[in-house]
Amino acid sequence: MLSVCIDKRQGDLDLQLDIQLPLQGISAIFGRSGAGKTSLINMLSGLVRPDRGRIALGDEVLFDSSRNIHLRPEQRRIGYVFQDARLFPHYSVEGNLRYGSRKPDPKQFADVIELLGIGPLLQRAPATLSGGERQRVAIGRALLSEPRLLLMDEPLASLDLPRKRELMPYLERLAAEVRLPILYVSHSLDEILRLADHLVLLDRGRAPLQGPLEDLWGSEQMRPWFSVEELSTVLRAQVVGQDLRWQLTHLSLGDGLGLWVRKFEAQNGQGVRLRIRANDISIVRTRPQQSSIRNILPATIEALQPDDDGHLMAVQLRIGTQRLWAHITLWAAAELALKPGDTAFAQIKGISLNPGDWTTQDDRTAIPGTHPR
Amino acid sequence: MLSEYEWQALMLSLKISSVAVLWSLPPGILLAWLLARGRFPGKALLDSLVHLPLVLPPVVIGYLLLIGMGRQGPIGGWLYQSFGLSFSFSWRGAALAAAVVAFPLLVRAIRLSLEAVDRRLEDAAHTLGAGRLRVFATITLPLTLPGILAGTVLAFARCLGEFGATITFVSNIPGETRTLPLAMFSFIETPGAEAEAARLCVIAIVVSLAALLFSEWLARLARRRLEGAC
Repeated sequence: MLSVCIDKRQGDLDLQLDIQLPLQGISAIFGRSGAGKTSLINMLSGLVRPDRGRIALGDEVLFDSSRNIHLRPEQRRIGYVFQDARLFPHYSVEGNLRYGSRKPDPKQFADVIELLGIGPLLQRAPATLSGGERQRVAIGRALLSEPRLLLMDEPLASLDLPRKRELMPYLERLAAEVRLPILYVSHSLDEILRLADHLVLLDRGRAPLQGPLEDLWGSEQMRPWFSVEELSTVLRAQVVGQDLRWQLTHLSLGDGLGLWVRKFEAQNGQGVRLRIRANDISIVRTRPQQSSIRNILPATIEALQPDDDGHLMAVQLRIGTQRLWAHITLWAAAELALKPGDTAFAQIKGISLNPGDWTTQDDRTAIPGTHPR
Repeated sequence: MLSEYEWQALMLSLKISSVAVLWSLPPGILLAWLLARGRFPGKALLDSLVHLPLVLPPVVIGYLLLIGMGRQGPIGGWLYQSFGLSFSFSWRGAALAAAVVAFPLLVRAIRLSLEAVDRRLEDAAHTLGAGRLRVFATITLPLTLPGILAGTVLAFARCLGEFGATITFVSNIPGETRTLPLAMFSFIETPGAEAEAARLCVIAIVVSLAALLFSEWLARLARRRLEGAC
């Protein structure tokens, strides 16, 4: 458990944070710019000293103002991947990678190089690398310093779109293969959905919301952070079959509820995380006959929230044990006379899901040598 | 090509300048670091003191050295009695005078270069587990190298040209303290030795030009390495 309870005044920003994070998987720190995301991880790394409070990583206290403890960054064993990579210009790529190695371990070195695909770059100078390559080297350099925790400060933010697409698969591999707790700072909900397990929302120096990503994503408090087009829900599902004839994948949502989506590669029994946009769900009172929509699930209405725009109603549905946002017009909501507690049917368009909307959740297999100690 | 007399003056000049610059480097880097990074009371005063030799007449510096560092002086006397080290009327004194005069140039160049070092790279090195000393030796110092080289060459060139403080402090002794400028001065003072003075003038120009070209070449090398063209 990483526990952070700190105060810090920095310019206009007044940070007062109380955050508990699990020391496994990827935790995303989400917030708009100026919310204090970078300040927070700078304090975790020891580069910035909080005014008051306490930071503890597991049993070890990194900072405690009441006992006057402030470990220097080099004493914390916390890796940091900066937004601007910060490779040392006077070292080769290999020199950068080896800079933080505590003891040379050829196996681990080879594993990290393979994971990030940076083998061909070893002899190059940092100035000759592309932005995406620089970030990969920076990630490798941090991993090879054998940190107990890895901080990543918007590693994609300074890259253009093609470079983002180039780096994303490496981050996904990192998330899947390295058994090292990672704190991933981002202002992109798309990135967070693809990578993170845990979410902390930062808003003007406070952390009003934190918890497992699936629980928070569709919660009422998160709704203001999505645009109308973005509002969505994350469902946990399990692959139960592939239909080769119709090119569909069959998922189970639990409680005997099934969902057909466009076919994607997955093993039967594999856990899947699925994003369903509120705009892709419609609500009917009675089960329709002969509909083109394959996914029609019984639902209970939990809450109704008119959108700020004035023409949409956000409806929170309960399907089995999971919650789901749906967008309908105010007109339709009035005509159907929906109210909390009513039962209805949710129609989900299975073809509207793109590859960016699901991530498979496999058991994290560890890369030897990168275990947190 | 060179007469024995010219050769002696040239070698003496090179020796005195090299010794002066090499001994100035460690304190020069330390002071540059203090001025670039330190925050302490009296920093402005220290800054002014370091720069003082740049604006003082060299004669004043020579005079101060004479009363301070001479065998009867408070510091010079102590050094002579404790270590048998004497500066008066020896090439060591000439090197000391040259070092004092060239010191501000050295410190200034290194300090500017230190201030240009990206502190964020040092932060990155700290997060990789490097302590302060290692960060200084592996990040700060190498990135300051172009400035250190520039400062060294500049100070070396200044030492070659040093005249006023040297002649005041250690006089004009052939083979001991008679460097190129002092030798030239002696010829100018001697009637009918204009040709010899002119020859020394050419030698001085050639040596100074070579030093500047060398520094330019080093700077380009360092730049290329940082930009990774090699």
